[in-house]
Amino acid sequence: MADDNKDFEPILVGFFCNWCTSTAADLAGTTRLQYPPNIRPIRTMCSGSVDPIYILRALLSGADGIIIGGCNPGDCHYVSGNYKARRRIAGLKTILDTLGLENDRVWLKWISAAEGQKFAVTMRDFTEKIKELGPSPFRKNWSV
Amino acid sequence: MARIGVFLCYCNLRAAGALNKDDVTAAVSSLSDVVHASAAEDLCLDPTCAHLQQQITADNLDGVVITTCSAATHEENLRRVLASQGLQSHQVEIVDLEDYFSWPRFETAEETTARVIEALDNAVAKIRGAQALPGVTTRITKRALVIGGGIAGIQTSLDIADAGYEVLLVEKTSSIGGHMLQYAEVFPTLDCPQCIGTPKMVEVGQHPNITIMAYSEIESVSGSVGDFTVKIRKKATYVDWDKCNGCGICQQKCLTPVASEYNQQLPFNQAKAISIPFAQAVPNKPVINREVCGHFTTGLCQVCSQICPLQAIDYDQQDTILEEKVGAIVVTAGFDLMPKKEISEFYDDPDIVHGLEFERVLCPSGPTAGVVRRPSDGKEPKEVVFVSCIGSRDPEHGVSYCSRVCCMYLAKQALLYRHVVHDGQAYVFYMDQRTTGKGYEEFVQRAVEEYGVMYLRGRVSKIFRDGDTLRVQGADTLTGQKVDIACDMVVLGMAMMPSEGAKDLARKLGIATNEYGFIAEAHPKLRPLETSVAGIYVAGTAQGPRDIPDSVAMGSGAASSVLELFSQDEVVTDTLAAAGNEG
Ligand SMILES: Cc1cc2nc3c(=O)[nH]c(=O)nc-3n(C[C@H](O)[C@H](O)[C@H](O)COP(=O)(O)OP(=O)(O)OC[C@H]3O[C@@H](n4cnc5c(N)ncnc54)[C@H](O)[C@@H]3O)c2cc1C
Ligand code: SF4
Ligand code: FES
Repeated sequence: MADDNKDFEPILVGFFCNWCTSTAADLAGTTRLQYPPNIRPIRTMCSGSVDPIYILRALLSGADGIIIGGCNPGDCHYVSGNYKARRRIAGLKTILDTLGLENDRVWLKWISAAEGQKFAVTMRDFTEKIKELGPSPFRKNWSV
Repeated sequence: MARIGVFLCYCNLRAAGALNKDDVTAAVSSLSDVVHASAAEDLCLDPTCAHLQQQITADNLDGVVITTCSAATHEENLRRVLASQGLQSHQVEIVDLEDYFSWPRFETAEETTARVIEALDNAVAKIRGAQALPGVTTRITKRALVIGGGIAGIQTSLDIADAGYEVLLVEKTSSIGGHMLQYAEVFPTLDCPQCIGTPKMVEVGQHPNITIMAYSEIESVSGSVGDFTVKIRKKATYVDWDKCNGCGICQQKCLTPVASEYNQQLPFNQAKAISIPFAQAVPNKPVINREVCGHFTTGLCQVCSQICPLQAIDYDQQDTILEEKVGAIVVTAGFDLMPKKEISEFYDDPDIVHGLEFERVLCPSGPTAGVVRRPSDGKEPKEVVFVSCIGSRDPEHGVSYCSRVCCMYLAKQALLYRHVVHDGQAYVFYMDQRTTGKGYEEFVQRAVEEYGVMYLRGRVSKIFRDGDTLRVQGADTLTGQKVDIACDMVVLGMAMMPSEGAKDLARKLGIATNEYGFIAEAHPKLRPLETSVAGIYVAGTAQGPRDIPDSVAMGSGAASSVLELFSQDEVVTDTLAAAGNEG
């Protein structure tokens, strides 16, 4: 399987909170850090405002991986949004297991506004991981 | 929205062949509801901005999608320009082109072009269905909270207060002044910090618009720009400061000596269990240290309460929590030095001191009255080795950043030491000299040429005790020789860290910090005084290591940001950030 994936360019969707991870993405850009261009970033106000439905819908529409970025524990702009995100993603992962989708296709990462470097590295790691996992089975089955 | 305009700014993709811009505009034009699509090189420039405004009127646009390079830099301005044309937040979508699509570069222009089209398609879809949220209007409480009474906080408070607004200055120790008040002299002018600092402290103490809340800490913060509610814990001092006039009889008569924090707990003199931290303290009122006070430890002693002529001692005093309303907050919580032990257990030797300890030893009004003595036996040290970059620029053992002031204060201390001990020898180990301030390089030259301070380029590998002396071993990388110096005292230029509790404070304020705990600024270059939360500003070493002139300049800058806010009567919170659901 791994060999099939050599030329596979995964479609990745990122939900990044406005206060931390989106700012980090901006910083990664202004400091000219390189990372693979697979990610489609969507700015949300808080990681806690990412409804698991959004993630499922993206996966069902053919995304190969979803990454949610929020502020470090204790640093959420809305106090506890990231804790809520953590609980929701944990719940969502069990649903993914039931659906037979590798739950590693959904990542939740804390990247603060000052961590442009961490953002770039995380995007690199995430892209690599999904390349390893290969195209989403949903994509194959439904030829989206 | 039925009349959407798409404006593609591609300055960052200007390089020939990076983007097929005509393909982008053609593809975007065919999207439903898009009535205008154009590309320009510099949308952020004034003439193109004007063009943008004209286009909105000409095409009667009710929605705009616009690409930028860094949104952190341009979003606010663009939204302002568009708002002047009557477009509200929900009618504008900014696509952060450089950071999201182009810097993580594709191999070919076709791929980049396809991705830009995809991004614009998404953005158009987003505003097509967007609905207005009413903005939230807040009346501004024209009263500021300054957290931390070091030189940065002092300057901030004075500037705001002089402009006619009330300031609440919260300081966690019992006096304002901060680190500067502990120094012997300050570089590069070598004036005495007590002489230049005390008048400012007194001015703060006397200012009709400033309320100092010393020995207090922030408990919690809620609200938003213009309207914060702050709970402040006034810690129990066991002295009724309203009654006390600072006569100091209590600390003369107190029977329990303790190491003085102000004097860095050096052995030369001691404070008492009830004490005013230093002579110039503002407020000049004592605090009882209940860890050691005889009354609290044994229940037997009542000396201070019996001696106080004003009956100000109150052993039953409790912490109190006060609630205050403010419109703006400035964080000036300063720095602390990295503990010596964090770098090496061995640095625990009494004659291996850090910069703050040596400042006290050198200080004419310090615990040794300006006579240089070493802590172990009180002898005058004849050879002193100063070591730069301890903990700084050393990600393996400490932190990776440069602390910016140690090159200078080690030069200052070596010079002052030689000024007092004429037959002494001072050595400074350094990696490279970072002396970028005005008059700084000249200052170091003066230490070398006039005071014979010996600079050795290289890292120290080992410091250890050898009987009565300390041995410092390292390499002089300029001559390639190994160096082994026997000396009486070692001074470490320890890394500057965020002050203890800074991370916790940032959490209460909801503001971001960097990985070390220094407060993060809203933009690393263009918004150095704002934090990630509107209405909360930062100044001085709370943001990162810097010297006194820079801390003062930042303090004045933060004050003027506050004054800019206070020049309005109300703020309208951006509708992008206005609504939230619990769930
Ligand atoms: C050994 C040494 C020598 C130096 N010599 C010089 C020199 O000669 N010339 C020069 O230009 N610079 C010198 N510097 C640098 C200088 O000390 C700093 O630039 C300056 O003190 C920074 O002022 P500040 O107000 O930011 O911080 P600080 O002086 O650290 O003041 C911060 C204040 O905030 C209070 N605080 C902290 N946390 C809280 C909290 N949570 N709540 C409420 N209050 C809080 C602290 O008690 C303190 O009073 C030296 C530094 C060192 C280490
Ligand atoms: S200021 Fe000088 S001594 Fe301090 S960390 Fe930077 S280079 Fe090292
Ligand atoms: S605002 Fe970043 S996670 Fe809530």
